[in-house]
Formats: sequence, C-alpha cells, structure tokens
Amino acid sequence: MLSLDQLRTGQRACVESIAGQDAIVQRLYEMGLLEGTELEVIAFAPLGDPIEIRLQDYRLSLRRSEAARVQVRLLG
Amino acid sequence: MIYAMIAVRTPLLALVGNPNTGKTTLFNALAGMNQRVGNYPGVTVETKKGKLHFQSQDFEIIDLPGTYSLAARSPDEMLAVDVILGHQNKSDRPDAVIVIVDASNLDRNLYLATQVLDLGLPVILVLNMIDVATGQGLTIDTEKLSANLGIPVVPIQANKGVGLDQLKAMIAHTLATDWASRERKRPEFPAAFESESRRLSERLNGDVPEVLVRRLLLDVGGYIETHLIRGHGPELAAELQAARQRLSQAGCPVPAIEARTRYAWIRLATKECVQRPAQRPFSWTDHIDAVLTHKIFGTVIFMATMLLIFLMLFLAAPPIMKWINDGIDGVAKMISDSMTPGPLRSLIVGGIFKGVGSILVFLPQIMMLFAVIAVLEDCGYMARAAFLMDKLMSKAGLSGKSFIPLLSSLACAVPGIMSARVIDQRRDRLATIVVAPLMSCSARLPVYMLLIGAFLGPHFWVQGLTLFGLYCLGLIVAPVVAFLLKRTLLRGETPVFVMEMPLYKVPSARLVLRRTFDAGWMFLRRAGTLILATMVVIWALLYFPANDANGQSFEEQIAALEAKDSKDLDKAAREKIKDDVNAVRSAWKQESVLGQIGKFMEPVFRPLGWDWKIGMAAMASFPAREVMVGTLGVIYGEGEVESDDIAKSGFRGDTDLSKRLQQEHVFTVPVAMSVLVFFALCCQCASTLVVIRRETNSWTWPAFTFVYMTVLAYVGAFIVFQVGRLF
Repeated sequence: MLSLDQLRTGQRACVESIAGQDAIVQRLYEMGLLEGTELEVIAFAPLGDPIEIRLQDYRLSLRRSEAARVQVRLLG
Repeated sequence: MIYAMIAVRTPLLALVGNPNTGKTTLFNALAGMNQRVGNYPGVTVETKKGKLHFQSQDFEIIDLPGTYSLAARSPDEMLAVDVILGHQNKSDRPDAVIVIVDASNLDRNLYLATQVLDLGLPVILVLNMIDVATGQGLTIDTEKLSANLGIPVVPIQANKGVGLDQLKAMIAHTLATDWASRERKRPEFPAAFESESRRLSERLNGDVPEVLVRRLLLDVGGYIETHLIRGHGPELAAELQAARQRLSQAGCPVPAIEARTRYAWIRLATKECVQRPAQRPFSWTDHIDAVLTHKIFGTVIFMATMLLIFLMLFLAAPPIMKWINDGIDGVAKMISDSMTPGPLRSLIVGGIFKGVGSILVFLPQIMMLFAVIAVLEDCGYMARAAFLMDKLMSKAGLSGKSFIPLLSSLACAVPGIMSARVIDQRRDRLATIVVAPLMSCSARLPVYMLLIGAFLGPHFWVQGLTLFGLYCLGLIVAPVVAFLLKRTLLRGETPVFVMEMPLYKVPSARLVLRRTFDAGWMFLRRAGTLILATMVVIWALLYFPANDANGQSFEEQIAALEAKDSKDLDKAAREKIKDDVNAVRSAWKQESVLGQIGKFMEPVFRPLGWDWKIGMAAMASFPAREVMVGTLGVIYGEGEVESDDIAKSGFRGDTDLSKRLQQEHVFTVPVAMSVLVFFALCCQCASTLVVIRRETNSWTWPAFTFVYMTVLAYVGAFIVFQVGRLF
C-alpha cells in the first residue's frame, strides 16, 4: 500500500483510506480527500516539501507529514 | 408588541464562504463604503458590518471570516458559529445566511453550505465566478441545483457587479417568505449517529443546541469539546469517547462520517445539474503554475518578488516618510514661531506634533505593503509564496505564510505585524507577531551607523561585518524564539497546513485600493491615539521640571540666548551662543524626570558598561528607538542631531556627535557593542506594542513581547560587554 507522500510528480491515484481522527484528518476529509477521491500529484516544492495535488476541481497543497496519513492506490 | 419590536429591527444577514470565493468583493459590492469593523472579545479575527439598501428596505450584513468548515478548533474558528447562532449577542442573530461559493469548484464549496443548512436559518446560495466555471467548460443548471438543494441559488460575478440586483431581490423575497414551511433538504446522517447525538443531548440536559451537540460528537479535540469538558468535568470526556467508539463499531467513525455523508449528498445534488467536459481543458493556471512552482524558475521569481517588496519598503518609502516629517516640522515651526515659549507651546510642538508625525510616518510603509499583499493574495501568488517557503519556515515551527510578515519587519515591524493577518493559524500568527520586532528594522539603522561609524573604524570590513552581524542577530534569534514559543506557550496539537492553491487571476484594482486604504485608516484610528498618548507622556517626562535649581525656566534661558544671536556677530561669538544653548538643553534633559530616573537606574546599567547618560538615552528611546540619536546629541551638548545627518555620514564617523562620543571615556568599543546589541534585541517602539495589542486584541501579548525582548536585550548586552572587556 502506498501513501500519498510516496507518489511522484504526474502520478494519479485514488484515496483508499485515511488514518486517525484528529484535526489533520478532519481537515483532509473536509477538503474532499475521502475514500474514492481521485487525485494527481502536480508538484513538489523546491525544498521537497510540501506537495501540490489536484483533486475534484481544484488544487491543494499539503505537507508530506500530512500526506503520509493518506493511503492511496495508484491509477494507470 | 412583539410584532412591533421585530418590525423595528433591521434584518441582519450573515455572509459566509470558503476563502478565495470573492466573499470580500461581494461584501464590498453590497455594503459599499458603509462599513465598520467589529471586534469580539477573545478573538483575533475581525468581522465587518455594513448596511445595504434595496427598494426602500434596509438590511444589515455581517461578513464572517472565510472558512472551509464550521468545525471549530479555536475561538477564532468558533466565531462564525457563534455569530450565526446568535451566541455573541442574542438580539444579533442573523435572519438569513448568504453562502457564497466558487462555481468552478462547486462540490468542495458546498461542504460548508450543507453545514450552514443544518443551522436551520434561511440560506441563499450565491454562485460566484460563474464566468470562470464557463471558461473551464462547466455548465451549471442553477434552477435544478436550487431544487435539489432546497434553497434559492443566484449566479453572480461579484467582480463585475453582474447579478447583484437579482441577489438583492432574492434577499428581500427570502426574508418575506415563511421559511419554516418549506420542505427542508439536508444531508441525513446514519441512524446510529442520530441516536448517539440524541443521547448526548439528553446527557447535557438539553442545555446545548442540537447543532453544537452534533459538532461536539464530530470534532475530536475541537473547541466545543474542550469548552464543555471544562464545564461538565472529565466524565463527559469518557462518555464522549465511548460514544465515538460505538459509532466506529457501527461503521460510522468520526470525523469521516461527516465528510462521507455530506459529500455523498452533494454529489447526488450536483450530479444532474453540473455538466463537465470529458477532458479537463489545460488552463492558464496550469501554465503559470508550471513556471511559478518550478524548482529553479519558481525560486528565482520568488526571490526577485521578495527583493522588490523589501527594496520598496526600504528605499521607496523613506523619501515619502521624509516629506511627511518635513511637512509636520514645517507646520510645527510655524506654530512655534507664533507662540510664546512655555509648556503649552512645547506640548503642542514637542509633544503633539512630534507624536502625530511619528504616527503618520508609518503610513507609507503600511499602505505600500498592504497594496502588494492585496495584489499577491488576489492574483493567487500568496499561496504559491507560502508553498515555496514552507519547508524553511517549518524549521522554526512556523509555516510559509509567516515569511512575508517577517521579511517586511526588516523594514518596519508595524506593517509586518499587521500583515500577519494572512496567517490563518492562530498560534502561528501569534508566534510571528511576537518575534517580528526582533528583525532589525530601518529605525535601528541610524543608531547602528552612529556607533559603528564612531567606534569601529577605520576598516570598512570591520564595520560592514558588524552591521551584518547585527542583522544576523535578529535573523537567528527570531526563529529560535518562535521555535521555543511553539514548544511552550503556544503549544497545541499539530497545526494543519492543508492549503488551497487558488486559480490565478488578474487582481482587482478596486479591491487592492480598498484594502490599502483600509489598512492605513485602521492603523490611524486604532493605533494612532495610543501612540500619540505615549509620545505626549514621554514629552512630559523630558519637559518637567521646566525650571532649573534657581527657579529659572530652561526654555526662557534658551530663548534669551538665541535672542542674542544675529547675523552681525562674528563666527566665534555665534559658535559660543550655540554651545551655550546646547549646554542648557543638556542640563535640562539631565534634570528632567526621565534624566533623574536614568541616574537612579544607573546601577542597573552598570553591568552593561553604561553610565547614566547612555542609560537615560536608551530609556528615552523606549517609545521610539530612532530618538536615541537625537537624545544622545542633546545629552552630550551637541544639540538636536538629525538621523539624516548620521545617515549621510555613513560609516565615516565624522559628525560632531560621533567625534564627541569618541572623546567620552566611558564609550569604549565593548560599550558601543553592548549598546548595539541592546538596540538590536530590544523592543523600543511603542507603535509596535500598540499594533500588537490591536492585532491580538489583548494586552497580554504586547506585555509579553516587551518583557522578553527587554530581558533578551539586557542579557545580550551584558554578555557582549563582559566578554568584550576581557580583550
């Protein structure tokens, strides 16, 4: 199983699950990162963190530590 | 009777929406110039209230801070919920809520809208940026959407003023209809959740509104949980945990259940009425982002932008600041010439006019910085800047959003602290505000120049290195303090940095102008009076007693000496008069209340290597550090030295004051260094403290800033002097 922070630029994936119930997880859910959401990694910041993704109709940036909470399945 | 009361009250509308939806633009378009800022106790975000007039009807509208969700984790985030529920002020419960959404990103925006639906008030959905959605190939059937959501939907383009009349008509219509009799549509939570919610409500004796009970259940470690457990004791915490455990076993774990329920409902509601293109078109934002977040180009453009901001504040603002000062001085001189010497004249010229000048002088930098920030935020670059700097700032426990406030503080902490409003995390904003005054601002430069020029010559590299070292001192100490604060006073659960990267767009000139003038006006109105009061107090401490030991007025002595001066006298005689005047000024300052305090405090300054004169000058500089140069000039009998003269002389150390200081036996290199370090670390700026009070809505933070920086400055100066004199 992959976590979101392990993806490379340009890769597409589908959210499988998110671990935990704290504020970070709640915010990820609110922003539309929930089971079944498809996303694409657009870029990594020049210093390697954070990461920019596209989901639904918009773009989101999140830190690697936050992305690590999101388990994904790679899409072809 | 009750009917009459309802009829008299102006209907109140609350405006809510996600960030980057054009909420402020809509609010400005509805309320026009008729706005005022409201503050709530214990909250560091502000709300705006405005009046709206439509077809001989008046409405009040309150603009709430942009948010993605009503799940509150801090008092700031709780504000929106409190206002909508009428908890802040019972008579102020809104009659309807306007939810503005970005039509090009409908699903995620509707999440907040469904939470607002739960509150039971009439809701109007405003579909903004309909043009952007169309540009992306999206078509939205607003009538069908309205039917599916069960609320009125009005498409608008807030920036072009399109659809505003329809919106106003819809507001009037909605308030005139009986909302309660409508068929209420909203996401339905699983039965297990509903029964847990009922059980919890009974446990709380029905004291807590249903909406808040549901939030209590959903928001793990949220504001309501913390608040209620404080009131109801730890048993509630245990019951809450058990309830969440049961929910998890029933297949609806919190907080996931809320997002699942709401998004499922939203998808169903939008499915038939939003048509998407089969292939997402490659947008402008894609093109621009490919460059601006690029490893090399993105970094170079970012650095160039930041350099421009810094140069603007550092180089372009000072000439304007000088005009303001010259203008004030000119008027002050006119008044001074037309009045007889005495306390009143001195109060007006030396207290009030100097005070007003010291307030107005901040305006160019504040307005320039806010203009740039408004442009950067409105065009979408602000989020990219934060994205690029986040890793670096995270080392100090902050986020990328703290970068611009701290960079700006290198020019002046006042606009820097005000710009910390861009940081939405409360703890990060406080940490940034508290360390911002550690950045070496431009007001410290004259003091640096004077002392470096006088004592660290003649080698230019020694001087340059010292100046560089003083700047580095702030750049190193600030992140360390921020880091420690985030570990101690401002510790909390790990903040969330999930940040939307908005679409790029051309910034609206109207919005930028508005924010620029708002920032300037707010500073004048909220901070101005307090700064003025401080300046007048300091004037009084330096003016009184007005007479010397023989009962002769200092001011009259100076006037009498100056009366003797004329162009007919030879040069030596005129020099003699000038020296005499400066001697009286020096004696006056030494006899003043502040001078006596300085003498009394001498034992405190001794370990830093200072005598009472330096101590007094440093103390006189607490309201505004740039006063140091002038005060040193007067104390050492060189008259009122202007910072400009020091700046012109640069590091040559050839001004009269520099030469005079070199003759003082107390002034050695270690002493000069200890003064420099003290100035680098101390918060000698009343305006900064007043602005911190204004931005944090409490006296705790300015007091804290003042104390920790004074302690830091004292310890730093002590170490430098004690180590320095060993050599």
